[in-house]
Amino acid sequence: MLVPEAVLDRAHEDVHKTQPWNNPDAVPYIRFENVTKKFGDFYAVDDVSLDIYRHELFALLGGSGCGKTTLLRMLAGFEEPTSGKIYIDGVNMAGVPAYERPTNMMFQSYALFPHMNVEQNVAFGLHQDGLPKSEIRTLVSDMLALVQMTKFTKRKPHQLSGGQRQRVALARSLVKNPKVLLLDEPLGALDKKLREQTQFELVNIQEKVGTTFVMVTHDQEEAMTMASRIAVMNEGVINQTGTPFELYEYPNSRYTANFLGQVNLVEGVLIDDDEKYAVIKSDEGGCEIYIDHAVQGHRGMTFWAALRPERLRLTKEPPEDTKYNCVSGKVEEIGYLGGISTYHVRLASGKRIKVTEPNSTRQIEPRYTWEDPVWVSWEAGAASVLNK
Amino acid sequence: MSGKRSTFLISALVFGFAFLYVPILLVMIYSFNEGKLVTVWTGFSTKWYVSLFSNDGMIDAAWNSLRIGVMSATLALALGTPAGLVMSRFGRFKGRTLFSGMIAAPLVMPEVITGLSLLLLFVTLEQMVGWPAGRGISTITIAHTTFCAAYVAVVVQSRLSGMDTSVEEAAMDLGAKPAKIFFVITLPMILPALLAGWLLSFTLSLDDLVIASFVAGPGSTTLPMKVFSSVRLGVSPEINALATLIILAVSAMILISSLLILRSERNRSRAPSTEEA
Repeated sequence: MLVPEAVLDRAHEDVHKTQPWNNPDAVPYIRFENVTKKFGDFYAVDDVSLDIYRHELFALLGGSGCGKTTLLRMLAGFEEPTSGKIYIDGVNMAGVPAYERPTNMMFQSYALFPHMNVEQNVAFGLHQDGLPKSEIRTLVSDMLALVQMTKFTKRKPHQLSGGQRQRVALARSLVKNPKVLLLDEPLGALDKKLREQTQFELVNIQEKVGTTFVMVTHDQEEAMTMASRIAVMNEGVINQTGTPFELYEYPNSRYTANFLGQVNLVEGVLIDDDEKYAVIKSDEGGCEIYIDHAVQGHRGMTFWAALRPERLRLTKEPPEDTKYNCVSGKVEEIGYLGGISTYHVRLASGKRIKVTEPNSTRQIEPRYTWEDPVWVSWEAGAASVLNK
Repeated sequence: MSGKRSTFLISALVFGFAFLYVPILLVMIYSFNEGKLVTVWTGFSTKWYVSLFSNDGMIDAAWNSLRIGVMSATLALALGTPAGLVMSRFGRFKGRTLFSGMIAAPLVMPEVITGLSLLLLFVTLEQMVGWPAGRGISTITIAHTTFCAAYVAVVVQSRLSGMDTSVEEAAMDLGAKPAKIFFVITLPMILPALLAGWLLSFTLSLDDLVIASFVAGPGSTTLPMKVFSSVRLGVSPEINALATLIILAVSAMILISSLLILRSERNRSRAPSTEEA
């Protein structure tokens, strides 16, 4: 286990309510049991087991073709697993058609019915349940109020903007009060500004209605902003599941470390270890990396140290102690973004290290320029150690 | 592209269109000819239109054609729509290519063969089960339905395969069963394509001479058959008047059906459809 004990210790009983995944007694609301989906010879989803708890906003994160959408569609009932079982609220979903599942889905394209107006779109699902007209009217108007679309009830989908369509799609899938709401790239069709604003709105709505949300996204920022937990998927397999914090700070593999945020991966060999520390010698980095906790493995084993660009310090003078955790190089590229600057530093070994620094004070001229000799250093706790 | 177009292109355009439309234009002009001779212009008159409308044989034939057209277009719609639906929504199945080829085959089958085979079928059926008793309007309608259904199937299929399937999935997700989805969601969305298919079928049925000649019986003469037989006895300016009317009617219908197809294409492209694997 690469997560230090201290972090796990903090996950005590008081957080069992808000973090049911840390409570061994909690019953999962959605359960994937060794689910595999094959399309011909291609494994879209390969032996995935996953527990999702009630009231979670769970994100399936991965690049295109990683199987996240297939997993979601199996939950909705549009695809049947080749093998394995899916439970929702304790009920095995095998053979249950999409129109009888306690799930509703918000489609990436929104899939609004083009020949119906906003009100009719939202009411469609309720009509299928045969609810009385007066009740439907109340539920629809409440839901449209929740997504702030009351003014547009009589409009057809093509008369709405992208953001408005997204709201209608959300209202339509939420109005039936499903046990699980599935969201397929919910914000994918919106432009960047609107997306950021909608992220928080969606989270607020989820908190208000308390429905369990399972969402699919390829945008790590979106997943981290919104989700209670994230499953990082790659090639049909879940690489790692955890809170955004856990995934970013304690990735279990180079894939996860790379997928969430930016990272410098430095390959090295374990040369010294103890209960309290470990030292990795890296030829690639041209330095020895001191880690302030033990790592599992024997001396001589290959590890990768994952160094986040924002955890690295850039100085012109060498730090006081140059034995561990510091390397020298030359500034090769500079990206000035205003609030922060990113520097690419070329090490003697030829490896490029990315460093980001906040521009927290106003300078007369840029702090570094091209070809400046610089030192890159970091704290003993900054690097996470990966073995795959 | 420069603003000035070459003389060559312009003359090619003029020549091409002249080749296509001068004969038709001549017919239309001569339908207003005063004289009895088709080829000699003597003055403007609408008397041939008047005489056309008092020609009972012509009117009867036109009435027959209209009835057959409406019936066979409607039947073709009822048969072709499910075929188009299957082609675009059934997924991959064994023999799919063969099936789609067989649906499209009547479009390219020589009319003589279609007509002859249908005639043989009707005669055999009559001998075996006594239906259809003789040949007439009903046999022409059935014959027209067979090739019109193929057109409808192709039109419906192309419309459906361009449509975002997630709309139908959304309906299913919200609790609608497949049959209901078809009638409440799919059908309204492909309505323009259905109308276009109907109009196309109607026009094709109205135009057909060869197949109708094979399967027609006494008292079921269609307009093209009537025209063909009267032309053999000598071209009267009445036929020019009739041709003008037919050309106008057919162009109007083609125009409407293309507009409908165009509109549904526009609706389709307006709806944002992004698919991700």
